[in-house]
Amino acid sequence: MADLPNVDDLARTIPDGALLALPPDHSLGSVALVHALIRRGARDLRLLGVPVGGFLFDLLIGAGAVAEIETSAVSLGEAGTAPRFTTALAAGGLRLRDATCPAIHTALQAAEKGVPFLPLRGLLGSDILAHRPDWKVIDNPFAPTPDPIVLIPAIQPDFALFHAPFADQAGNVWVGRRRDLATMAHAAREALVSVERVIAGDMLEDERLAPGVISGVYVGAIALAPKGAAPLGLLDEYPADAEHIAAYARAARSAAGFADYLARFVQRAPALT
Amino acid sequence: MSGAIAPEERLAVALARLILDPEAPPARHIAVGAASPIPAAACWLIKQIGHPVRLSLLHKIKGNPFSEGTRELFDLAGQGRIDLFFLGGGQIDGAANINLIGTGAWPGQGVRFPGSFGSAFMYLMVPRTILFREEHTRRVLVPRVDWISAPGVSPPGHFRRGTAQALVTGRAVFRFVNGRFRLASCHPGESAASIAEHTGFAYDAPATVPETPAPSATELALLRGPVYAEMRETYPAFCARVWGN
Repeated sequence: MADLPNVDDLARTIPDGALLALPPDHSLGSVALVHALIRRGARDLRLLGVPVGGFLFDLLIGAGAVAEIETSAVSLGEAGTAPRFTTALAAGGLRLRDATCPAIHTALQAAEKGVPFLPLRGLLGSDILAHRPDWKVIDNPFAPTPDPIVLIPAIQPDFALFHAPFADQAGNVWVGRRRDLATMAHAAREALVSVERVIAGDMLEDERLAPGVISGVYVGAIALAPKGAAPLGLLDEYPADAEHIAAYARAARSAAGFADYLARFVQRAPALT
Repeated sequence: MSGAIAPEERLAVALARLILDPEAPPARHIAVGAASPIPAAACWLIKQIGHPVRLSLLHKIKGNPFSEGTRELFDLAGQGRIDLFFLGGGQIDGAANINLIGTGAWPGQGVRFPGSFGSAFMYLMVPRTILFREEHTRRVLVPRVDWISAPGVSPPGHFRRGTAQALVTGRAVFRFVNGRFRLASCHPGESAASIAEHTGFAYDAPATVPETPAPSATELALLRGPVYAEMRETYPAFCARVWGN
């Protein structure tokens, strides 16, 4: 597949200000695409954590690429708080819309169905709801007695960005059981995907593989990027490098440490494959 | 591995006993969120003791319990198919409100916490929640949280299946009864006075506060054997700290 674009080609198709949906670090996050966005010098991006953000968010925020985020959390997991996120929030340069995990899934499911909103239980009494004028509480019209319930408006991201183990020659992408990524891809205008490898044939013609597939209908472009999730892990293909993430968390406490990290690990273009 | 009981082992056993409380609704399906090694150890322990319980551990590297993505956890909880969940908080108050947002002006201009994750949904959808936070200080256990990620109590008419059963900290166990915490036991080295000193919210206490029971020899052997074996892949740093490799 010598004619596939690389991640830097894909990053050039993402305009400044775009709304990008990203999976959590542990679930097919594309470090390769995030690095390419930073190399491109992307600005004013809006990030949607599906449903949370971590290392990928922190890299983009630290690089000055982000104006606004909507997420249910930002955390580096065992490595602790996300230092560039915390710094940017305190400095006031980052708009944050707090959500809760199932609300983000619900917003994408609404977009996937092409409906303007879907209801969701819970949330009543939470200050998250109090700070979300875009979320509405109605009285359940089907209940015999008063029953307040929250309506979550659809979110249509401009792009869904993730890294999959493989794509096929027909342009389909395999994410296995991570079906919330399929919803993310279905909801977005298009999915931009980095992959470890490309396999022959059409997975939709294979009853065993098809249930884990995102149809090429939703895929805007695919880039070949072996180890494109590293230092995060990729399913059962390779584990996360916990020492790297912990070292990042320490370095990124200072602006200088973060700049040094970018120079070492991000700014160099990846080796051609 | 020394014979001394690690604080983490004591907490896991205290959680296990709360899960098995015969007076609470049955816990047939328990979910454990990310980065919760001690609740996970408690759940593996009761499974090893022989109780038939389904465990759904988020972020388990092998044996992910879901086929529809992590979203399935919330769909299961929404349907009432999860009986028990664990939540923590950067702040927890005497009404069992939890704050994972932060302190100061919205959205945490003082100290920012990671965010609310699924708490604003799970706390209301799950019949039993055990609140767990190792740090037991007036910084964490406050009279009133700065922001409510998820409320401990809801007014009549709000759809809600349950609330906190208990709060377990590194110093004590509180039960949550009729909208108020009651000190149930304190861990070795603590006393009614030391708990009062470090707790920012008002709570009830018995005249004599019992000590949190120590793990039995059987429980310790299970924790250090099969529970450790189950956990070492998902929680390597925790296992190395508690069990030494």
